[in-house]
Amino acid sequence: MNTSHYCPHTPEEIQEMLAAIGVSSVEELFAPIPAELRCSTFNLPAGMSEFETFAKLQAVAADNSQNLSLFIGGGFYDHIIPAAVDHLSGRAEFYTAYTPYQPECSQGTLQALFEYQTAICRLTGLDVSNASLYDGATGLAEAALMAMRATNRTKVIVDGCVSPIARQVLATYLSNQDAELVELPPLDGLLNRAELAKQLDANTAAVLVQYPNVFGCVEDFSGLADQAHAAGALLVTAVYPVALGILKTPGELGADIAVGDGQSLGNPLSFGGPSFGFIAAKKAHIRNMPGRIVGETVDKNGKRGFVLTLQAREQHIKRHKATSNICSNQSLCALRGLIFLGAIGKQGLADLARLNYDKAEYAKSCLSTLPGVTVLQTAPTFNEFTVSLPKPADQVVEALLKKGIAAGLPLGRFYAGSENMLVVTVTEKRSKKEIDLLVKELEVVLCN
Amino acid sequence: MQLIYEKSVNGRRGVMLPASDVPAAVALPQNLLRSESAGLPELSELDLVRHFTNLSRRNFSVDTNFYPLGSCTMKYNAKVLENAANLFAPLHPMTALLPGGEELCQGSLGMLYDLGQMLVDITGMDEVTTQPLAGAHGEMTGMLLVAAYHKAKGNKKKYVVVPDSSHGTNPASAAMVGYEIITIPTAPYGDMDLELFKQAMNGEVAAVMMTCPNTLGLFNPYIKEIADIAHSHDALMYYDGANLNAIMGKVRPGDVGFDVVHVNLHKTFGTPHGGGGPGSGPVGVKKSLIPFLPMPRIIHDEVSGKLEIQTDNPLSIGRTANFFGNFGVMVKAYTYMIMLGREGLIQVSEQAVLNANYIKEKLKGYFDLPYSQTCMHEVVFSASKQLAQGVHAIDIAKFLIDKGYHPPTVYFPMIVKEAIMIEPTETESKATMDAFIEVMIEAAQQAESDPDSFAAMPVTMPVTRLDETRAARSQTVCCLG
Amino acid sequence: MSEIYFTKEHEWVKVSGTSAVCGISDHAAHELGDITFVELPAVGKQVKQFEVLAAIESVKAASDIYAPVSGKVVKVNSELEDAPEKVNESAEEAAWMVELELADAGELAALMTKVQYDEYLKSL
Repeated sequence: MNTSHYCPHTPEEIQEMLAAIGVSSVEELFAPIPAELRCSTFNLPAGMSEFETFAKLQAVAADNSQNLSLFIGGGFYDHIIPAAVDHLSGRAEFYTAYTPYQPECSQGTLQALFEYQTAICRLTGLDVSNASLYDGATGLAEAALMAMRATNRTKVIVDGCVSPIARQVLATYLSNQDAELVELPPLDGLLNRAELAKQLDANTAAVLVQYPNVFGCVEDFSGLADQAHAAGALLVTAVYPVALGILKTPGELGADIAVGDGQSLGNPLSFGGPSFGFIAAKKAHIRNMPGRIVGETVDKNGKRGFVLTLQAREQHIKRHKATSNICSNQSLCALRGLIFLGAIGKQGLADLARLNYDKAEYAKSCLSTLPGVTVLQTAPTFNEFTVSLPKPADQVVEALLKKGIAAGLPLGRFYAGSENMLVVTVTEKRSKKEIDLLVKELEVVLCN
Repeated sequence: MQLIYEKSVNGRRGVMLPASDVPAAVALPQNLLRSESAGLPELSELDLVRHFTNLSRRNFSVDTNFYPLGSCTMKYNAKVLENAANLFAPLHPMTALLPGGEELCQGSLGMLYDLGQMLVDITGMDEVTTQPLAGAHGEMTGMLLVAAYHKAKGNKKKYVVVPDSSHGTNPASAAMVGYEIITIPTAPYGDMDLELFKQAMNGEVAAVMMTCPNTLGLFNPYIKEIADIAHSHDALMYYDGANLNAIMGKVRPGDVGFDVVHVNLHKTFGTPHGGGGPGSGPVGVKKSLIPFLPMPRIIHDEVSGKLEIQTDNPLSIGRTANFFGNFGVMVKAYTYMIMLGREGLIQVSEQAVLNANYIKEKLKGYFDLPYSQTCMHEVVFSASKQLAQGVHAIDIAKFLIDKGYHPPTVYFPMIVKEAIMIEPTETESKATMDAFIEVMIEAAQQAESDPDSFAAMPVTMPVTRLDETRAARSQTVCCLG
Repeated sequence: MSEIYFTKEHEWVKVSGTSAVCGISDHAAHELGDITFVELPAVGKQVKQFEVLAAIESVKAASDIYAPVSGKVVKVNSELEDAPEKVNESAEEAAWMVELELADAGELAALMTKVQYDEYLKSL
C-alpha cells in the first residue's frame, strides 16, 4: 500500500496499527464480506496529481459556451454576487462543518442560520422560516404537503402560471400520496379566478400561485387569501426573492406559506445547483414545517445561544411520521443568501429590484417597436416579460444562440399553442449595450 | 455575540450597485408594492466581513478539528475541489433546454455523464441519475422508482421493510411515497434478524431498504440471502449508500443483489458538508428500472458522440428537482474521483476500515462495545459503563468539545443505549487518532474518578450547555424587527 | 368515587359514570423528559380503545398517546397547548388531557389497576 492523496499513513504506521489490532494485513479486516460477494470488476482510470486533474477540469469547462449574453431566467437568474459572499462562505469553518447537532461548538453556523431565518421572515412578511430546503421547486412540493397536514385535506390547486418545472416536481412529489392535484390553465397569462372558484371545495388544502409568474406577470392577488381561507384552504405563494425588494410581501397578501428559490441571492448559476429553497409561514403552522429550524435560547449562565429546535418533527426522531424526509439541506447556500442580503442591505435590495425593473422595462419598450412583435400586456411585470413573435420562438432563439445571445425562453415546450411566445429576462447585469444588441439581432432574425 | 441586525445602522450602505444606464421606468402600481423595505441589515462591508469571520470562529470544522462524527464521513475536503467547481459557475441551466443549447453545454453534460459512468462502475448498477439533491432526496427518488416499477408490472405493494438500526430518512422517504413501514429488529449478531425478516416478508412488500455496512459499522453476512428472499417476493432491494466509504473496490451493491442505490457524494467523494448541506445523492439502478428514471435524462449518442437531453418519457417518475441536481457538488466529486482514481479509492476504503478498527481496539477496554466483531469504517461504543456513574454519552461529548474534538455521533443508532458512534475516516493520521484515543481514555477515567465534573462541561466554548426545552417551548426562530 | 386504570403504554383513565378522563402516567412523563408540546384531538372525535388519541413531544422524542377506552371526545385540556410543562409537574392530576364519553365499561377489564401498574413498572 502506497500513501497517496489524503491517506496519510506511512507503511510503518500501517504495520503498527495492524499489530495493535492483531491482524497481519488490511485485507484481513475485509474478511466479514463473504468471499463470493467480493467485486470482480472495478475499472476506474488511474489517479493523477491535483495539477493534472485541474487541467482536465479546465478542458471539460472549455467544452461549454459560458459567456453567453443571458436573457433567460425561468427560476434561475444572472445576478451580481459581491466578492464578500465567496470569501466569507469560503471560510473553512463554515464549509467544512456539518449539521450543528452539537450546539456549543457550532454557534457560528447556528447564529448565521438564525439570522438567515430572520432575513427570510422579513423578506416575506411572515412569522417563521426554516433553515433551508433543497430548492424552490421541491420547496413548493413541501409547501403543498405541509398544507395537506395542516388542513387534514388532500386536494391541491395549482395555478398553471406557476413555473412548469416546479409544477412537474410538485406532481412527482404528490404522485404516490393520497392527494388530488388540480392545475388551472392560465387565462391570458394570469390566474383563472372563475375556474378557481369552481374548484375550491371542502377538501382543498391549498391554492398555489406564483409572482412574478412564469410569463413575468405580477398579478394583483388581493382578495385571493380571503377566497382560499373562506373555503378553509391555505394560500401558498411562490416568490422570487429579488423581486420582494419592491413587491408586496406574501404576508401582506395574507398568504399562509411562502416558498422560493434562493439562487438569485448570492449563488452562482452553476448549471442549476446548488441553490437553496426557502419556506416561511405563519406561526400557527410551525410544527408542520419540514426540515431543520434554529431557535434562540439561553445557556446555563443565561447567555443567549442558538440550537436546532422542534426536532421531534424530523425524520431522525419521528421516522416515518416525520413532517418530511429531508435531512441534509442547503445550509451553505442559505449562508451565501444571508451574506448577500447583508452586503446589499435594506435599501440596496430595493434599489437592485428597481434596477431590474427599469432594465426590463427598457428592453420591453425597445422590443415592442419591432415589426410583428407584441408584448403580453395583461399585467405589469418585474424583470421578465412575454413577447409574441411573428416566427416560432425556437427558430429565433436557436439563431440568436449562434450569435452568443440566449434571447429568452420559448414557451412552446410548456404550453401548447404558445410556439411563438418568448419569455425575456433582463437582470441588472445586462447593460444597455447588450439589450440594444439583442433588439438589433432579433430584428435581423425576424426579417430573414 | 450581537446579531447582524443589532449591528445595523439606519441609512448605512454596504456594497454599491452598478449605476443604471437605462431611463427610469414608470413605477409599478402602488397596490403591487410592499409598504416598507424589508428589514435587512445595514452594515459597511468591513463590519459585514468582521461579523461573519467572527461567527465562523465559533464553529468546529474538519479544517480546524478532528470530527469523527459517525455516519457522516467527515473526511478532509481537498482545496482543489473548490477551484474546480468555480470553473463552471457561469453556465445557466436553461441553456441546455434551449433549441440548439445542448451543443453549448457539452462540457457540463459530459461531466455529469462521466460521473454517472464512474458511479455505475463503483456501485455495480446499470445507469445513474444525478438529479437527487441529497441522500434523503435520493432515497425518495429511489422509492418513486420502486413504486413506478411495481405499478408498471401491476403489482399491488403496500410495505417497505427496514431494519431498526436504519437511518430515520429510510422510513421517512418510504412514507413520502405512500408506503407503510415494517421494522425488523436487530439480532444479537448485530444485523437485521434473518428469521424475523423471513417471517415478515410477503407479496405486499415493495422494497427492503438496507445500509451495508449498517449503522453499527458491520457488514451483513446474510446480505445475499436477504436479497434472494426479497426478489422471490418481487420486492426490490434498496441500498442506502451512506456507508459506501467502507467498501469501494471491495464489494459492489449491484453484485450483491441491490436494485437501487443512492450515493452521498458529500460523504464518500470528499465534497464539503457546508454546515448541513448542500449534499448530492445520485441514484443508480439496474436495467429493469431505467425506463422510470427522472427527467431530464442525459443520453450519450453513440453515433455522434454527443450528449443529449431526454425530457419526454411517459414512463418516467417525472422531475424530482429543478434541473440536473447539485451540479457544483458533482463537479467536486468528479474532481475527487478522477484525481484519486481506481487505486486511490480502494485505498480510501482500506484505510477508513483500518482507522476504525484501530480506534475500536484501543478503546474497547474503556467503553462497552456491544458488537465486538471486526467493524468496517465506523465503530459504535456504548457509555453504559459510564452511565453507572451517572455520566451519559452526551456528557462525554461535551468533555471532548472542551478538549478540542468534535464529538462522535451520540444516541444513534437508537438500538444501542448511550451510543457513541465513531467514524475517523481515512484522512486522519495515526498521531491525530492516538491523541483522540488518549482523550477518550481520560474521559472514561474521569467518569470513574469525578463523575460530577461533567455537568458543567463544556466551559471553553462561547456558550455552556443550552436550554433546548426553552427553545422548543418559546419557538423563537427569528428576531423581530 | 372514581377509579383509575392504566395501560401498558402508560396512559391512565379515571372513570366516573360515563366520564372517562385520560392522561399519561407520572412514570411516562418522567421518561420523556421535559415535555415541549401536547397535541390534543378535536372535541367530538370518536376513538376506539388503543387507537391514537393524542401526541406528545419532548426535546428528543415524540410519542403517540393511545385511548385507554373507546368513546367520544367531550372535553380537552387546552391549557396544555400553552403550558406543556404541566405534564411534567402533575401528569396524573392537573395535566389530564382528554375527557371521553365512555362507550363500553367492559373495556376496563383490559387495563391494569394502580397496584397492577406499579408491579408492571417494577418488571420493566
